[in-house]
Amino acid sequence: MGKVTKVSGPLVIANGLSEANVSDVVRVGEQHLIGEILNMTGDSASIQVYEETSGLGPGAEVVTTGMPLSVELGPGMLENIYDGIQRPLPEIKAATGDTIARGVSIPALNRDKVWEFKAVAKEGDQIKAGDILGTVQETTALLHKIMLPPQVDHGTVKWVKEGSFKVEDKIACIIKDDGSEVELDMIQRWPVRIGRPYANKFTPDRPLNSGQRIIDTMFPVAKGGTAAVPGPFGSGKTVVQHQLAKWSDVDVVVYIGCGERGNEMTDVLNEFPELNDPRTGESLMKRTVLIANTSDMPVAAREASIYTGITIAEYFRDMGYDVAVLADSTSRWAEALREMSGRLEEMPGEEGYPAYLASRIAQFYERAGSVKCYGSDNRRGSITAIGAVSPPGGDISEPVSQATMRIVKVFWALDSSLAYARHFPAINWLTSYTLYTDNLGPYYESEFGPEYMANRNRALRILQEEAELQEIVRLVGQDALSPKDRLTLEIARMIREDFLQQNAFVDEDAYSPYGKQFRLLDLILRYEDECRAALLKGADLQGLFNISAREDIGRAKMADPEKYNEVYDVIIEKIKAEISEVQAGGEEE
Amino acid sequence: MIREYKTIKEIASPLMIVDNVEGVTYDELGEIELPDGSVRRCKVLEIEGSRAVVQLFEAAQGINLAESKVRFLGHPLELGVSEDMLGRVFNGMGEPIDGGPDIIAEDHRDINGLPMNPSARAYPAEFIQTGVSAIDGLNTLVRGQKLPIFSGSGLPHANLAAQIARQARVLGDGENFAVVFAAIGITFEESEFFIRDFRRTGAIDRTVVFTNLANDPAVERIATPRMALTAAEYLAFDKGMHVLVILTDITNYAEALREVSAAKKEVPGRRGYPGYLYTDLATMYERAGRRLGNPGSITMIPILTMPEDDKTHPIPDLTGYITEGQIILSRDLHRKGVVPPIDVLPSLSRLKDKGIGEGKTREDHSGTMNQLFAAYARGKEAKELMTILGEAALSDDDKLYAKFAEEFEERYVSQGNETNRGIEETLDIGWKLLKILPERELKRIKPEYIEKYLPRDEEEQKG
Repeated sequence: MGKVTKVSGPLVIANGLSEANVSDVVRVGEQHLIGEILNMTGDSASIQVYEETSGLGPGAEVVTTGMPLSVELGPGMLENIYDGIQRPLPEIKAATGDTIARGVSIPALNRDKVWEFKAVAKEGDQIKAGDILGTVQETTALLHKIMLPPQVDHGTVKWVKEGSFKVEDKIACIIKDDGSEVELDMIQRWPVRIGRPYANKFTPDRPLNSGQRIIDTMFPVAKGGTAAVPGPFGSGKTVVQHQLAKWSDVDVVVYIGCGERGNEMTDVLNEFPELNDPRTGESLMKRTVLIANTSDMPVAAREASIYTGITIAEYFRDMGYDVAVLADSTSRWAEALREMSGRLEEMPGEEGYPAYLASRIAQFYERAGSVKCYGSDNRRGSITAIGAVSPPGGDISEPVSQATMRIVKVFWALDSSLAYARHFPAINWLTSYTLYTDNLGPYYESEFGPEYMANRNRALRILQEEAELQEIVRLVGQDALSPKDRLTLEIARMIREDFLQQNAFVDEDAYSPYGKQFRLLDLILRYEDECRAALLKGADLQGLFNISAREDIGRAKMADPEKYNEVYDVIIEKIKAEISEVQAGGEEE
Repeated sequence: MIREYKTIKEIASPLMIVDNVEGVTYDELGEIELPDGSVRRCKVLEIEGSRAVVQLFEAAQGINLAESKVRFLGHPLELGVSEDMLGRVFNGMGEPIDGGPDIIAEDHRDINGLPMNPSARAYPAEFIQTGVSAIDGLNTLVRGQKLPIFSGSGLPHANLAAQIARQARVLGDGENFAVVFAAIGITFEESEFFIRDFRRTGAIDRTVVFTNLANDPAVERIATPRMALTAAEYLAFDKGMHVLVILTDITNYAEALREVSAAKKEVPGRRGYPGYLYTDLATMYERAGRRLGNPGSITMIPILTMPEDDKTHPIPDLTGYITEGQIILSRDLHRKGVVPPIDVLPSLSRLKDKGIGEGKTREDHSGTMNQLFAAYARGKEAKELMTILGEAALSDDDKLYAKFAEEFEERYVSQGNETNRGIEETLDIGWKLLKILPERELKRIKPEYIEKYLPRDEEEQKG
């Protein structure tokens, strides 16, 4: 047993811990505050404490649990909300009221809840790590697969039960190859700082469909890919993250609220149960796990929350599911790292961040990926990691943004000037990028034909031309432009306003299926084609702009997701008819 | 038993080192008794073995290392709370300074509070009518929100904050409200302006005032906003009141924090502010909110002056990342005589979407709001273009947008500090302004609302 010698905020130093290991979880003081050993010097340990250390002084006892910081994995995580070290917040509320008192110890998985376990493995089966012992219908949206934990390598099933069990009840017994027997319950424990194993990794080749036009059409991310959303405050990072959490076509969403506002988590808690997944029709909450370390909660647990979240995601990935991890915001996590580093009196790197900042960020994102899971059935799972970055003053030259950009493949740059003009999502189409188009190209081509990528590239080119033309307009005015260029400007404006802008708070527009995205962009480009053809034949430009079908295009994004095809067909006919009228008028003159 | 130590080893204001202590804990409150009998307060910042690093809340002047005695009280800095605090004035450390009797505390609360469990929060969604169009119409405030005012030196943020405190009400609601006002390092005049305004409107009886003026000890400022928030939490969540907290000026608070951090020789972050400034500010701002099953609420309006009007300075920057939006005052509008000079484009209320619409304000609110924003943004762009190239270079639409931007500032934003506009009035002014634009440009509003609310031409002539 150790004794505290120094307390400085969340950092505690204790002597007499020679039996403890680096990274062990310890309990500190009378209140049994939870901490983790960072460094050891002789028998003295530097401990980061995950709870407020007020009232702690020299002489207080420190006991090691002998275990690294771990999470409990099993049925009961979905629909739940945890703090940074996986303590269930609703149960903390029941135990200590509206505020979070210290030293609360509640297991992550409810011990009393009864689950219906259906056996898949049979007596006498040869079984290896990752193989499925049985299943539990955790929520109506997800079948939870109880797997042989990676710690048990290989063996024979001695017995497996079926029926109603609590998570701690034994459901199977395995005779290992060395002859020893292990009885298994439905809980797996895994240290959060170590990635869970998988058979091998693939290059991601399917897109994540988020229903957001600027993301899916312009800057798609692959399932198993990594993306970053940097932006100054008020540019809509959180709304983008929420939209992705709501509409992404994945099986499980792990949402990590890391050092952000308490009300944002409340918003998710209120809203998600009410919304339905457009693919399964089930409530979105039924596929969601929330991790909340809000900005007023202890800073040390913020550092852990990211790892807690990704480990839970890996567990679901191992079942063969597609998982999205949304971390809002990784900058707060990096700041927590910086704060502990400062208290440890480490030599600072850039802007006071520790020298290992970039490698920690890279390690986190590298835990994403599309993999072949452990187990004999060759199932595939994926983790898509999407991190928000909050650069001070919106300036992405700072270390966290730079270290993130070096590792992620998709970059959705949020722009405050777009946000001021209430252009949402405020993702800047000139500075954002995706490196997945080559990998995803074949998929799009087989699903929607070659026009899909062609349209996308054409739209991006128009937007690029617009930026160049705007420079000229700023110098010499609009009148100096040729009708052709003025048409380009107008089409670019339509792409921006009628296609890229998407209102997250209007039901008809919040989610846009692939087909609708494709048709909508196609509609605008058809209008351009018709205009260009008419222009060549001498039609009046303003007349082409003023046709009443323009208003229909403007409202086209609100079309019913079931019936958009017919609606768009009607609009195309109208465009053609009206443009030929304008053209006829031009010829008469 | 409380022991007294005469082992002060070093004083480098605002820090002090006491040796040979026993049983002292982190964050514990201490008292220093000077040879003349006067008492000053301090708290433990770091404890290593028998050596305590202590932060003074008051000036170090006159402390004699050999003669002064230090006691540690076994608990963190606390505030005695009671409903009787309403109508009273306290100093920055929570002691009454209005000549009234001492407060008989119903409870003693740690001024640091405890983090609110996110699953115990109720999402703020009740519209507060402030009577200011630029806020109600475009950056709507809701009960339980934290919405700071980003101002600059010489801008009239105090007038706006006082106007909000005076006019704010919830439609169709009783009057169980209170105001907690914390003056943090501001001048006597500014503090007096608020108190006089509270007196003028009679709100003073429902107000708790904490004042740490510019000439009070700077380190005391670290405690002042927490004192105010502890009182606010008590009134809101124990007594069920709707509390409006005004904290002014957060910039002074952050500077006091920097002073302590520098004295501790911590590795500085941006502009010398400590790396934990974000966390520190968050533990204050996040105390605003509502709780499930609790009738009370804390709505917070922190005011800060942006050094050099720079929004990317760490104080406004980190504040903006925590608070649910911001109201930004503009020097340009102030020079033009727009009162209040709210720059609506960079201003934002993140919680507005849940607080507006049918049953809360009016069905057309959301659509018109987006349309006004977009139109004003385009109008301002057009005006910029006009200053470079002249009016002739603008397209017909852009000319209309430029006119719209002009009128918008004059008729919508500039309403004066004494005008209290109802939400219906605000929305109707918005529609009249939208009338300037061609109807086909109103893409963000549902057609049925345009049909219903857009003033017809004959009405326009009459009006």
